Amino acid sequence: MKLKGAQIVIETLIEQGTTTVFGYPGGQVIDIYDALYLAKDRINHIITAHEQGASHAADGYARATGKVGVVIATSGPGATNLVTGIATAYLDSIPIVAITGNVPNSLIGRDSFQEVDITGVTMPITKHNFLVKKVEDLAPTIREAFRIAKSGRPGPVLVDIPKDVQNALYEYEKAPVVEKTPVAEVDNALIEQAAQLIAESKKPYIYIGGGAITDDAGAEIMALADKIDAPIGCTMMGLSAVPTSNPRWLGMEGMHGHYASSIAQNEADLIITAGCRFSDRGTGNTKKYALNAKIIHIDIDASELNKNIKAELGISGSMKKVFAALTDAVEAVKHEEWSARIQELKEETEKLEKQDNTLTPFTAIDAIAEAAENANENIIVATDVGQHQMWTAQRYPFKESRTFISSGGLGTMGFGLGAAIGASTATGKKTVLVTGDGSFGMNLNELATAVTNQTPVIIFIMNNGVLGMVRQWQTLFYDKHYSNTTLERKTDFVKLAEAFGLNGYRAFNLAELKDVLKKAFAENGPVLIDCAIDCDAFVLPMLPPGGSIDDIIVDPSAM
Amino acid sequence: MERFVISILVNNHSGVLSRVSGMFTRRGFNIDTLTVGETESPEFSRITISIHGDKAICNQIVKQLEKMYDVKTVKVLKRDETVARELLLIKVKNSPESRQEIVSVVDIFHAKITDYSPEALVIEIRGSSTKINAFIELVQPYGIMEMCRTGLVALERGGNCLKDA
Ligand SMILES: Cc1ncc(C[n+]2csc(CCOP(=O)(O)OP(=O)(O)O)c2C)c(N)n1
Ligand SMILES: [Mg+2]
Repeated sequence: MKLKGAQIVIETLIEQGTTTVFGYPGGQVIDIYDALYLAKDRINHIITAHEQGASHAADGYARATGKVGVVIATSGPGATNLVTGIATAYLDSIPIVAITGNVPNSLIGRDSFQEVDITGVTMPITKHNFLVKKVEDLAPTIREAFRIAKSGRPGPVLVDIPKDVQNALYEYEKAPVVEKTPVAEVDNALIEQAAQLIAESKKPYIYIGGGAITDDAGAEIMALADKIDAPIGCTMMGLSAVPTSNPRWLGMEGMHGHYASSIAQNEADLIITAGCRFSDRGTGNTKKYALNAKIIHIDIDASELNKNIKAELGISGSMKKVFAALTDAVEAVKHEEWSARIQELKEETEKLEKQDNTLTPFTAIDAIAEAAENANENIIVATDVGQHQMWTAQRYPFKESRTFISSGGLGTMGFGLGAAIGASTATGKKTVLVTGDGSFGMNLNELATAVTNQTPVIIFIMNNGVLGMVRQWQTLFYDKHYSNTTLERKTDFVKLAEAFGLNGYRAFNLAELKDVLKKAFAENGPVLIDCAIDCDAFVLPMLPPGGSIDDIIVDPSAM
Repeated sequence: MERFVISILVNNHSGVLSRVSGMFTRRGFNIDTLTVGETESPEFSRITISIHGDKAICNQIVKQLEKMYDVKTVKVLKRDETVARELLLIKVKNSPESRQEIVSVVDIFHAKITDYSPEALVIEIRGSSTKINAFIELVQPYGIMEMCRTGLVALERGGNCLKDA
């Protein structure tokens, strides 16, 4: 069947299993939008307020489902508005395909109206990108983009399509969903070496990152942990891979990790790391990182091995399979002393994190979890970037994989609302966005999108009136020079919500908050809660940037 | 710090060179020389990169290259199993006083005078990088007007080929 290039684009997306695409029309994608019009009963398109929002929505769609998220934008400013979203997906290894229109081939390179070399711009922030110059390459390239995006370590791929290619006619034939490139089997000798290191260890610690979620390895992780009697710690990206209720779970380590998790990692004699790149937020000063431990590093991306931290043993391969093989290869053991020490650390952590009955960052998060429980909702939690993000990461009781959606590697303020819309659209689940007054201000225009689509997103603003995370650094390391972090805005978020067409509520204390949350959970569409938070609340503990475990701050007043 | 020569077989598309060199820039790896050209197959180009660094950096570079979509094969060539050559074109000032001495250097190095004019001699020399460095040093006193080096090209000795690696 002969179709226009633009129709081939849409048919290929449908063929590859895309149910919803996010985007924004414009001159150089008007043909693609025409094709969307013709196919509107087979594929859903959500127009956002800004292409950045669309890129985060595609990302949220991918994070919540593991499927490839798709975003469409026009040439020039449309394409450059995707850049932050693409970089966010790149640093967190999220599979998205970004489709951009470009000026016709004949106008490329002439600084034509709305011409930008977007493949050049996005080269360092995509797994790969393509400029499709001929219509015959269109369907194969889009399929290849899907394959690249989801294979191995996932990531974003951009496909730039000049307008004449969208208009040209070519034969289209439906093809099956592309398979991921198979991952090489792991050498048994490596598994045996790892098993040997595990057998020699008296204080093992399992340390997982986002790869655990990508590879759906939660069950295998818990099985190994049980067999070798090891606690499980994680990076922020590893959150939700294993339920936080698991008794072995120590949670996030690193700059704002739980006390028990960071200390245990430092005391461990063996760290079994998987799907994690030893980012500086996790390790602090690498020269002083985990000096007591040998390290086994497992990653699907071989280039991660020995990149940031030198490992005793590196294994490149599927995390799920390696953990399963390891569980088979090791003897079941118990480490009485180590377990007792872990227990002790957990108790210390509990003391540090104990709350009274007032409204604090943690009791606010607890109230969200409680309200979700009461409403019988299996929710997704998304965040923006700042203190509120860390509080959520530390405190929320995650039950299932892919229910925590947050920008880790890039730390993109303004990520949350778009991502929450994408995640909720993809799963149909109610999604709570925990955001900050600063972050929310960056992309609050997407309220319009949530209202139009009646996306069930609860926007929970932890309103401290400040760029809290930066303020915290200023308090601790810059003599309280609060340079440009006190916002002094007069924005009335409740009125703002009303203006956009959703309900807004305010809470100043815990009782009000619980009441308001109950109302919010009862609504079907989007709803906003403006919750007052003390501007001087800290995220603790804190390993100062470039510091080590010896520098851990648990009580800033003692500094 | 050692010198490593890395041979890379890549798709022969436009933009591939900037992807490869962009990866080096982005990750802070320094390139000493880079050459690129056609191969026996029209589908592929061959890039030869020489770097200075330790083994860990070299390994990291290889792994980062191997991930790239357009990269087909990467191999670090072993010094004693490799034929490596560079070509230098160098323009040296010509004068009746120095001419004879320059010609002797050219002879000793098996170089070639490729262009002759009253003001300048264009000399062509090929060989290992060390040989070329030595040659440049020797003609330096006569006045180097301009020069151009190709950077290293290299092939493994024997029957091994990059495409089969
Ligand atoms: C796009 C972007 N700009 C700047 C920053 C730097 N930054 C990190 S956290 C933060 C403050 C965030 O403030 P808010 O959203 O109110 O969250 P809070 O820390 O107060 O909870 C800033 C400015 C960033 N991460 N992203
Ligand atoms: Mg704030």
